Amino acid sequence: MPPALPIALALAIALAAGGRLLLWQQAGVQDTGSVFALLLGESRRAFADQVFLKADAYFHQGYYPSVFDLALPDGKTHMAKETEGHDHDDHSHTPSEREYRDWLERFGSHFYPAEHRHMEKFGDAREILPWLRLSAELDPHRVDTYTVAAYWLRERLNKVNDAEAFLRDGLRANPGSYEILFELGRLYAENNRDVPRARAVLELAIEKWLRQEAGKPNPDELAYGHILAQLAALEERTGNLPQAINHFTRLKRVSPAPDTVQKRIEELQTKLSRP
Amino acid sequence: MNTVWALANVVVLEMVRRKDFYVLFILTVLLTGTAGSVNLFNDRSIVRYLKEICLLLIWVSGLVIAITCTARQIPAEREHRTIFPLLAKPVTRAQFLLGKFLGCWLATGLALALFYLFFGLVSASREHSWPVANYLQAGWLHWMMLGIVIAFTLLGSIVFAAPSSNGTICFVCSAGMLLLGRHLNKVALSLAEPLQSLLYGLYFVLPHLELFDVRDLIIHNWELIPWGVVALATLYAAAYAAFFLFAAWLIFRRRALN
Repeated sequence: MPPALPIALALAIALAAGGRLLLWQQAGVQDTGSVFALLLGESRRAFADQVFLKADAYFHQGYYPSVFDLALPDGKTHMAKETEGHDHDDHSHTPSEREYRDWLERFGSHFYPAEHRHMEKFGDAREILPWLRLSAELDPHRVDTYTVAAYWLRERLNKVNDAEAFLRDGLRANPGSYEILFELGRLYAENNRDVPRARAVLELAIEKWLRQEAGKPNPDELAYGHILAQLAALEERTGNLPQAINHFTRLKRVSPAPDTVQKRIEELQTKLSRP
Repeated sequence: MNTVWALANVVVLEMVRRKDFYVLFILTVLLTGTAGSVNLFNDRSIVRYLKEICLLLIWVSGLVIAITCTARQIPAEREHRTIFPLLAKPVTRAQFLLGKFLGCWLATGLALALFYLFFGLVSASREHSWPVANYLQAGWLHWMMLGIVIAFTLLGSIVFAAPSSNGTICFVCSAGMLLLGRHLNKVALSLAEPLQSLLYGLYFVLPHLELFDVRDLIIHNWELIPWGVVALATLYAAAYAAFFLFAAWLIFRRRALN
């Protein structure tokens, strides 16, 4: 291969990309995600999904089923399930449990990660972040990316400021997202202890949810329940018991365990009736 | 054996003089450096994405060096007519092929050693550890895999007329095996007979280059592969390389040189 060839190729790509970027800049487009839109078009969303899955594979220390092995039945990654509070050890595929189809497959399993492990057990959760950042750059409208990254930054890596900044980026790209507002409200409530801000953001999340989901035949009641529970806990903590009871009452309507919520309401009512 | 070594030495010297390796090495360094300079949530200890990018570049560079260098060996000898005086000396065609193979394989090994040294430096700069045995295994298996590719390309350079067509075919076959080889049996099982048996048969016959790709183990700091397994993989690679070289010799021994 003549050495001038790759240099000429790199120069041509740089000139072409530079020209496109100049045109884009002159057009006054300010969305940072548009660089990828210019280069990749709509295919960037497919890339964003793949990059998000890459982060999930990193979460499993490289152990990940290929498209040939299986498709996740509910369409959610294990990493995203973890942010919702469940995925721990509800699936285990140790080599002894796996059935190899032939001797070659068994032999080949020595050369790639063939045992289910979670990254966080080894304190390496930060390693998923580059892929989540890239996924957000590729598709700024993928809400999951922001909430999942913020969870890991806030809960596991104690990087609250970075989590807030990333969620704010997400909110700028998705102003109507109640999921991002919920995550931001959680951050203010649990990490910053900024009650007025947390309350304002969570109430805005409820408003957005009602506007987007309430009219749907199958609304996202799980998210609504999460927001209400967070808001009720916040009011309870600050001693605003009537408001907490109000939120719990709304939560009872959508909760999968209404009896538990009712018990909580009664406890608060008893507390409130005391002189 | 001296003849084979002498031929191999010429190939290695030729590869050292050419700019291919240097260009690819500089590109790998530049691209890895650019990826490493990205600020990710103000955390300088994030390293695995960098290891992944660096190893991918090493794998691509390794394939490019192995295939392009091997593909031009015999056609260049023919084109410059140096093959005639060479084979007029007491050099058999088998020795000629073995010398070419050994030269390309050794030169690729030298390139890989430098690439993996760079990878080790990049990794150590952030992880502050130096798992030499793991890197040795990864580099060794990578080199063994390239041995199969070099032997296959040498066979191709006798079968196909132009080095460009040979190079392209070898790239496509190698990339195809690396990407799909592990899944051929699963695809076969989803097919109806007789396609199922045919594809499953191919799955066993084709050389599984992906067996030698242990990048994920290196990136995610997995434990060492048992040395016995590495030895078996080495035998596997040697068997396929020998098969391709034998096939190349069978065709080349009766082939007219002009």
